[in-house]
Amino acid sequence: MSSPPPLISLHRAAVRYGTTLALDGVDLTLQRGDRLALVGPNGSGKSTLLRLLHGLLPCDGERRVHPLQPEERLPTFAMLFQRPFLLNLPASWNVRVGLWLRGVPRAEHAERCATALQRVGLVRLAGRPARELSGGQQQRLALARAWALRPDVLFLDEPTASLDPGAKREVEALIAALAADGITLVMSTHNLGQAKRLASRVVCLDQGRMLADLAVDRFFDGASLPEAARLFVKGELEWAT
Amino acid sequence: MSVLSESFGAAAALVAQGDGALWRTVLLSLQVSGSACLIGAGFGIALGASLATYRFAGQRLLVLLVNTLLALPSVVVGLLVYLLLSRQGPLGALGILFTPTAMVVAQSVLVVPLIAALTRRLLLGSLAEGGDQLRSLGAGPGRTALLLLVHERFGLITVLLTAFGRAIAEVGAVMIVGGNIDGVTRVMTTTIALETSKGDLPLALALGFVLLGVVGAVNALIGLMQWRGTRTPAQAFG
Repeated sequence: MSSPPPLISLHRAAVRYGTTLALDGVDLTLQRGDRLALVGPNGSGKSTLLRLLHGLLPCDGERRVHPLQPEERLPTFAMLFQRPFLLNLPASWNVRVGLWLRGVPRAEHAERCATALQRVGLVRLAGRPARELSGGQQQRLALARAWALRPDVLFLDEPTASLDPGAKREVEALIAALAADGITLVMSTHNLGQAKRLASRVVCLDQGRMLADLAVDRFFDGASLPEAARLFVKGELEWAT
Repeated sequence: MSVLSESFGAAAALVAQGDGALWRTVLLSLQVSGSACLIGAGFGIALGASLATYRFAGQRLLVLLVNTLLALPSVVVGLLVYLLLSRQGPLGALGILFTPTAMVVAQSVLVVPLIAALTRRLLLGSLAEGGDQLRSLGAGPGRTALLLLVHERFGLITVLLTAFGRAIAEVGAVMIVGGNIDGVTRVMTTTIALETSKGDLPLALALGFVLLGVVGAVNALIGLMQWRGTRTPAQAFG
């Protein structure tokens, strides 16, 4: 059986912030349908790798975006950040601004916006100022804004890290629903439980280097993990229990 | 002491009676400074937003220049505009020296660096918070600037009110390019300077009161905008 076609590939990718090497010689291929979790301690390079895959950062080495097969067009991306930046405008306008920025025809805005807000359960709050919404609602609105773009790949940067447990569950359920629709997901997370629930593949990073890149079940059974990654997983799970 | 109290009394009477000359001067001041702020806003906001969101060669030098121009004395602006608009100057053919138009030009030049520097500072704050997210949505520098200006519209009003306060309270530039001609280019600040030198303290004081009142109202508006900007709309409007 052939492996799914690649969407983004990195070869010996390195990112520097001034004199700090944030990512060092990473080789990684994102495939269509992947649900990839990037895990690792603080400062390990998760967010940097996520931004690099998205194309928000320049790098040394090679980053290639491959055309979708069989569509023969480049994949489209959207990203959900840990703390969403919402414009000081009504909630629905924030979704429409995203559509406008992506060049979606104006005639489609109303329908796409309504569908996206419906999907995240914010239709009744469409006219409310976005900054007046609670943290969980803001994250759901940001998810609606991203989802309305109908991306092929959705990047999630610790999407539930700043939410309370209830909001965390809501957002996680929405992400799981999007993943079930077939969107390729890449997410950075501290939460190994979340990685286990949502991901099909896990990459573990430490100090800018990739320690492991394994299918989720192999990652969590621990047998194939290098020592440093095993220690990280053990520490995190002990902390979580 | 009696001169001072008599002057206060006379000034209060002038304000209360609605003295025509006094209110014409006040109206011209508001027109000149208001127009200057509108024109200065066009250039200053565009410059400040560009400096915040675009990256280009010489950008840091331009930021340094704009920040330096914040300290530009109004008399120097008046002198430069005078040289431009005088008969021998490059814009002398326009024939607008010693008219309210020249005063608008001078005050516009005065407020552009202030508006640009404050706008840039305002947008940089939002850019740090949401620049990556807007870029992720596909916004280039131009659209980022436009969206952040909309996002920071209350802060931007504060910037414009600050510029208006600076314009209406200055005396040097309008004195030089306007000439302080009675009934034509005489504004509050130039009248105060003139009447004080002539010894007509009541009119000078009356205008001083009005000027203080205008600046006070502007400051109150700035305070209101700042208060509003730090609150969510629901909090601000109950």
